[in-house]
Order: sequence, then structure tokens, then C-alpha cells
Amino acid sequence: MVATEWQLADDGEEKRARRYASWLRPAGVEFAGNEAEQAHHARVTRLSDAFSLRTPDRVPVRTNVGFYPAKWAGITTREAMYEPQKAGEAWLRFNRHFQPDAMVSPLFAALPGRAFETLDYRLYHWPGHGVPDNVGYQYNEAEYMLAEEYDHLIEDPTDFLLRVYLPRISGAYEGFSRLGSLYGMVEMPFATAHMRTWAAPELRVSFERLAEAGRQVDDWLREIVPHVRRIHADGFPPFFGGSSLAPFDFIGDSLRGTREIFLDVYREPERLLAACDRLAPLMVRWVVGQSTPDTSPGIFMPLHKGADGFMSQEQFDTFYWPSLKAVILGLIDEGFTPFLFAEGRYGSRLEAISDLPPGKTVWLFDQTDMGRAKETVGRVACIQGNVPLSLLHTGTPEEVMAYCEDLIDKAGQGGGFILDIGAVADSAREENVLAMIRTAKEYGVYR
Amino acid sequence: MTHELVEAMVGMKEKDAERIARGMLDAGVDPQEVLRLSQEAMQIVGDRYEEGSFFLPELMMSGEMLKKIAALVKPRLLSQATVRERLGTVVLGTVRGDIHDIGKDIVGFVLDVNGFEVVDLGINVPEERFVEAVATHRPQVLALSGFLSLAFDSMKSTIAAVEEAGLRDGIGIIIGGGQIDDSVRTFTGADSFGDDAMDAVAFARRMVEVG
Repeated sequence: MVATEWQLADDGEEKRARRYASWLRPAGVEFAGNEAEQAHHARVTRLSDAFSLRTPDRVPVRTNVGFYPAKWAGITTREAMYEPQKAGEAWLRFNRHFQPDAMVSPLFAALPGRAFETLDYRLYHWPGHGVPDNVGYQYNEAEYMLAEEYDHLIEDPTDFLLRVYLPRISGAYEGFSRLGSLYGMVEMPFATAHMRTWAAPELRVSFERLAEAGRQVDDWLREIVPHVRRIHADGFPPFFGGSSLAPFDFIGDSLRGTREIFLDVYREPERLLAACDRLAPLMVRWVVGQSTPDTSPGIFMPLHKGADGFMSQEQFDTFYWPSLKAVILGLIDEGFTPFLFAEGRYGSRLEAISDLPPGKTVWLFDQTDMGRAKETVGRVACIQGNVPLSLLHTGTPEEVMAYCEDLIDKAGQGGGFILDIGAVADSAREENVLAMIRTAKEYGVYR
Repeated sequence: MTHELVEAMVGMKEKDAERIARGMLDAGVDPQEVLRLSQEAMQIVGDRYEEGSFFLPELMMSGEMLKKIAALVKPRLLSQATVRERLGTVVLGTVRGDIHDIGKDIVGFVLDVNGFEVVDLGINVPEERFVEAVATHRPQVLALSGFLSLAFDSMKSTIAAVEEAGLRDGIGIIIGGGQIDDSVRTFTGADSFGDDAMDAVAFARRMVEVG
């Protein structure tokens, strides 16, 4: 492995210190009581220690769940996405019952179904809207961007998204394909060409629908945010302050599609690389633009197309990792701690991803060998995982406990480890999840 | 010596492969021979995928090249029989409630290049459609795919439905997907589970030999 000299921004440490301090002592949270406040303090301290490769009092435990809180509380996924009161209650009860170290927030799964209906959002199916009432939302993959549109994306990503991409993935945005160039607006005599495009009836329809969707998101937030606040006030710290993506996944998941981006590796390698490089700083700005200096440090980044078996190591080193690394380093410079969710298997990538500044990232592994992860990327990053969904779904509490104890032995030594589910759980046996949490709290104590 | 068409396809030279195939056909080479060479290339791609030197970009590219060459060949085949000899039949699909298709498509691709007839039912396939397809096609293998944890339950109910319909005897059922392991196999009542596409091929070969 080549050791890299890190050129990090001078003020990164200062920004990071402020984020961690605000995470520990959040302004404006009225805790439910002394006990809740102390529990919150202990949890953030424990998580921060693990993130920063220090040894906490015990192994922190998180529950990587999607719609499981809905199922556990006896509501459908459809209700979770259409009745925010019910969803908020379910998630609140879930946190109180399971007592994880990090908040299980409803804002990840219990999204506003009505607003997405108004948007005529085609990128996903959700319960009652393309998939049955009792399953989670799922991605509807298609070639939403054509190969010949790479140049437009590279030259002007926002223009491409606004006028070409969004009208394809959302009926409500269709009118935006009529929008004229903005550049004339800088001179009075040039401006009318752009201005007149707003008279198009399609644009007015789009505007009305988008305003309606916006109001529906507001309504949803008004109902669900008080529940999130209550969960926080009960002493469960939020785990993420934002989310971002690897540029290759941004393009491959949602713009080109799996088949198409892998064809691009051979047919359009230069353009694909140029697009990844172009998007990397924007993946950082996206997060910064939605945050304040006090936003908590964790940035959720689900990784998809770079897993074992998807591409060769050479392809990973060429197409996937350089722009992802640029995003990671950019976020670190802003005082964030990127949280990389390496779904699937990452065994062949462990050496490559170890080329990162120490104590600045967290890696959640799914089916990766955690002993090897500890010896490689675990030297420079907190690792997290990897209790199998299958075990939580079909095993016994004794089996779960044995798995978690072995995992803590392998991956927990000296800190820098968080016990978690390896993939997103929509269902599980309650006693198994409790057994996982109990093992961290009892067996996971550092002496 | 490897034919230049095979070499171009295995080397992921899309334009060369198309040019060579077109040249062969224009020169009067038997279209069946062009097709045979393409299949030979696909077999090599499948083998390299199996041994871990080829990945999804190569699977996707070779699939594209085969599609293009098949389109060139087709109008010249006239009435010549194009039926390839098939080892057996596999009914494949992603189970009810789950719409993930990447893993399923890879399994279908690799089974196909390894000589199996693949009946792909698509995604979000309800139990009764699997039962119908098994009754119609009488496959040696039923392969169920799923990525989400809810797929565990759908796989279990699909296998139960096949059993209830009296179709369970004589077919092998394999399950696969991101979170599938032996404990899920036991839970669902499947005969086997696959970690990757090659496990499905090995299982299908065993089932054909047994049958």
C-alpha cells in the first residue's frame, strides 16, 4: 500500500471540533430529564470515541433499519409513508424499546408519499405506488440520461439536471424542459428571451404542481419533526448530519443505469471519468449547502457499484475510487466524518480504501470479513457492522449473541468499532435485535 | 488458434467484432458459423467471469456484441434451424414484492451461456405465476431471486405454493440474492442457495445429471 501524504485544509480540525462539540451539546434540545441528557452525552461520547479510533467505555451499537420500526409497531409501510403521525409514534416507541446508541430516525424511511405522488416521481416505486402496501420503496432503474448527454452533464451539471433530467424522472418537472437559457438575464436587452419562456403553459403547470409538492413536504415535516425532536430529547443522538454519494454511483444508479454505466466503461471511458471528476466537488457542495457549522459530523454515503464482483480492481482504481476519495477528502475538510456504507462485499477493496487520513471516516460493512477489515482499513478508520440480516430474521437469540461476541473479539479490539446490522433491515425477530444490542452493552464493555 | 471474431469479442473490441462478423457474412461464410464463433466467445467470457477475471462491464459488453451480431445473422439464416442444443430448463424470477433485477439478470446470462434454456419471469413475480411457469415448462430448476429481507418470506411462500400444486418433486429449487445464506435456505425450504451466478450453474448441472 502506498502511504499518501495528506494535504488537508488548515481549518478542517477547527470545523470538526465545532461539529463534534455541537453534537455532544446540541443547542435547542430540551431533554426529557437528567437521565436522558446524561444518556445522550454518554452516547455521543461513545460514538465520537469510536469514530476517532479511541477506545470508548463499551462497543457502541446502532440498528441499521429501514422499515423495520413500522413492521415492529404493526403499521404498514404504506401507513408509514402516508400517515406521519403513526410513523412518528412508531419510530419513537422503537427507539424507547430498543435503546440503541444512535437515533433511529423516521426521516429515512417514512417519507412523504403524497408529495412524491404530486411530483409524479418515477425514479422509485413506493408502497401502494408500484409495489405492494407492505414493502419498502424500491428503485426503478432506467436509462434516464443518454450516452450522448455526457457532454451536457459535464459542461453544466445543474442545467442538465434542471432542464433534461428532472423532466424525465418527474412529471411535475416536465415544463422545465421549456425553460430558456439563463445567461441573457445579465443584460436588460438580452433578458426577454429567457423571460418569455415562463409564459409557456407547461411551465405554469409545473410550477403549480411543485408548489403543491412543497406544501405537502412542509405538512409532513410539521407532523414528523416533533417526533424526531422527542426521540432526540429522550437522549438518542442523530447519527447523520447529511448525505452524499460516490460520483460513479450518482451517475450509475440514477442517471445512466447499471447496464449502461458498465458499457460506458468501454464505450465512453474518458467522458465517464470527466463526469465523475466534475461531480466530485459538487457532491461536497451539496452537503455544505444544506448544513450549518453546527450540523452533526456523520455524512451518510451508500456505496453500490464498486463492490466485489461488480468491477475489476483496475476498474475500481480507475473509475470508482479516485472521485469517491475526492468527495471523502472534501467532506473531511469541511469538518465532516464521511460514513461509507459498503453494501455487499468489499474484501478486494480493503487495501485500496485504506488510503485515507486516520480517524476521519467510518465504514459500515455488510458481508466483508471483519477480521481482515480490522487489519486493513480498520487501522485508519472506524469499522461498523456486520450482523447478517438472515441471522436476525431466521436465527435464535443465542446464535445472534454468539455471532456478536465473535465479531466484537475480531473487530472491536482497542475501539474503533460499532456493532450494527450489515444491511438495511425491513424485518427481523425482535428478540434477535435485542440480543444484538444486549451483547454490545454487556460483552462489549472495554476494560 | 482462436478466430479473430472470438478474439475481438473476448477483447471487448465492439467495433472490430461487428466489422469482422459483417465481413464474414458478406464474404459468404455460413451464418451458423458466425453464430457458433460468437457463442464460443460468450463461453470464454462466462468462464472468465467464473474465475474472477471478468466482471459486470465485460458481461454487459459481450451481451451487447452478441445482440448486434445476432441481428446481422438473423436475416441471412432463412429457414435454417437455429435451435441450439440445450442442457435443461431453468425458470427464474425475482419474488413477490421485490423489484431488484441485476442479480437475477446475471444469473440468467450465465445460465444461458452455459447451455441452459432460461425462462425469465421478471421481477415482483407472484407465487401463482411461478407455479404456472413450472407447470408449463417443467423445468429441472426453479431459481428464485430477491434482495430485500421481505424476499425471504416471498421465497418461502413461493416454494410452499409449488409444493401445494404438487410440482415440487423432480425439480431443484435454488435461491439467491444479496442477503441469502444457508439459514435463509432452511427457512424457505429451498434445496440450495447461491452466493454467485456460478453456484446456480453448478446446481443446474447437478439437477440435469440427476434428472
